[in-house]
Amino acid sequence: MKGTVMCLAVPAEIIELKENDVAVMDLAGVRRDVSIMLVDGVAVGDFVLVHAGFAIEKIDPDEARRTGDLLTELARLEEGLDEVP
Amino acid sequence: MKYLDEFRVPAAARRLMREIVESDCSGTFMEVCGTHTMAISRAGIRPMLAPRIDLVSGPGCPVCVTADVDIDRAVAVAGLPGVALATFGDMMKVPGTLDSLASAAAKGARVSVVYSPLDALELAARSPEVKVVFLGVGFETTAPAVAGTVLEARRRGLDNFFVLSFHKVVPPALRALAALEEFQVDGLILPGHVSVITGSDAYAFLPDEFGIPCVVTGFEVTDILQAVARLAAMRLEGARLEVEYSRAVRPEGNRKALGIMDRVFERCDAEWRGLSEIPGSGLKLREEFGDMDAGAWDVELPEPGGKTACRCAEILIGRIKPPECALFGGTCSPDTPVGPCMVSSEGTCASYYLYRESAGS
Repeated sequence: MKGTVMCLAVPAEIIELKENDVAVMDLAGVRRDVSIMLVDGVAVGDFVLVHAGFAIEKIDPDEARRTGDLLTELARLEEGLDEVP
Repeated sequence: MKYLDEFRVPAAARRLMREIVESDCSGTFMEVCGTHTMAISRAGIRPMLAPRIDLVSGPGCPVCVTADVDIDRAVAVAGLPGVALATFGDMMKVPGTLDSLASAAAKGARVSVVYSPLDALELAARSPEVKVVFLGVGFETTAPAVAGTVLEARRRGLDNFFVLSFHKVVPPALRALAALEEFQVDGLILPGHVSVITGSDAYAFLPDEFGIPCVVTGFEVTDILQAVARLAAMRLEGARLEVEYSRAVRPEGNRKALGIMDRVFERCDAEWRGLSEIPGSGLKLREEFGDMDAGAWDVELPEPGGKTACRCAEILIGRIKPPECALFGGTCSPDTPVGPCMVSSEGTCASYYLYRESAGS
């Protein structure tokens, strides 16, 4: 993976905790080590944002759901508009 | 992919676009971060929002704002005997006064591209006879990771790992930008992942002291359009700081990451392409880690070059758009870049070129 300094951080699932602040993540089906030294309280099953080999934050499932629901609602409104009466 | 797919909802994006275009929203908004510039260009949003809504790009591309003299220092360090420079890939082709890291490598300098500073650490561990220098470029998204790597180097007792830091922090640059007399934007789209670390509170001064509406948003089209809609609304409602990217950004940010960053780095003055020197906007290794600081090494630097026709500096503060530069698309293209805005994978010029944008729409 070519490194980039940019803001790019991708969501990945933590599937195993190892020692020394290292965990194993599942990133789109690929398992890799990730450092969790920058985030407190990471548990198996958590989703984290990963940048340059480090988890930088846990994704908040409740907030993610709220945003997702809003988008679903917007999509529903849009599709309602496109329906031929 | 979970936590990506559920936010890629084309129908919702169309709805948001429709709402924006059908209202009488207007304004000039600046997206600060290079990742947002690329996302906006890729989605083709700019021409759809024009002319009532104008999106201009800002200085949030850490590769682009690295000054020539700093590139020259990285090139000089890479050429030192016994040294291998490890860097993120997007720094390789940025031209300095005489060389880029890529051309220096072609002439024999040892330069490796890495995905993570931890890869550079492994390089050092595997090759104890080599001085491995990690080139630290990036904002608050990246600096904590480099700081963590420095601490890990200490923990493992490695004495051949060094950092050449050109890291910068974003809030002081936004303050400098907002204070520019020519800065006329009606709102700011603030970085998503820098804010994960800093927290959104770090930007409160923008609405409070400068009256500029701000939205911290994510990188999906729906995130960006939500931000545009809210910024336009705030022109009537009053300037505030809002967080659209609440699934990852908290007001206080990631305190642990900030603590690690502060443990290893201290603030210093730094030169930003386009904004000159900004006090307290750079990060240098603290004295305690001075033995790992490749920035303190004595190197020979070339004489600063004369002015070229490159207008990256003006692009970075939103004064002009890439197609207004005479070199754009001709002399300067991704294959033959003149300046960093075209070299960087998320530089403004590269974004416009790749997605065929013109100045007017």
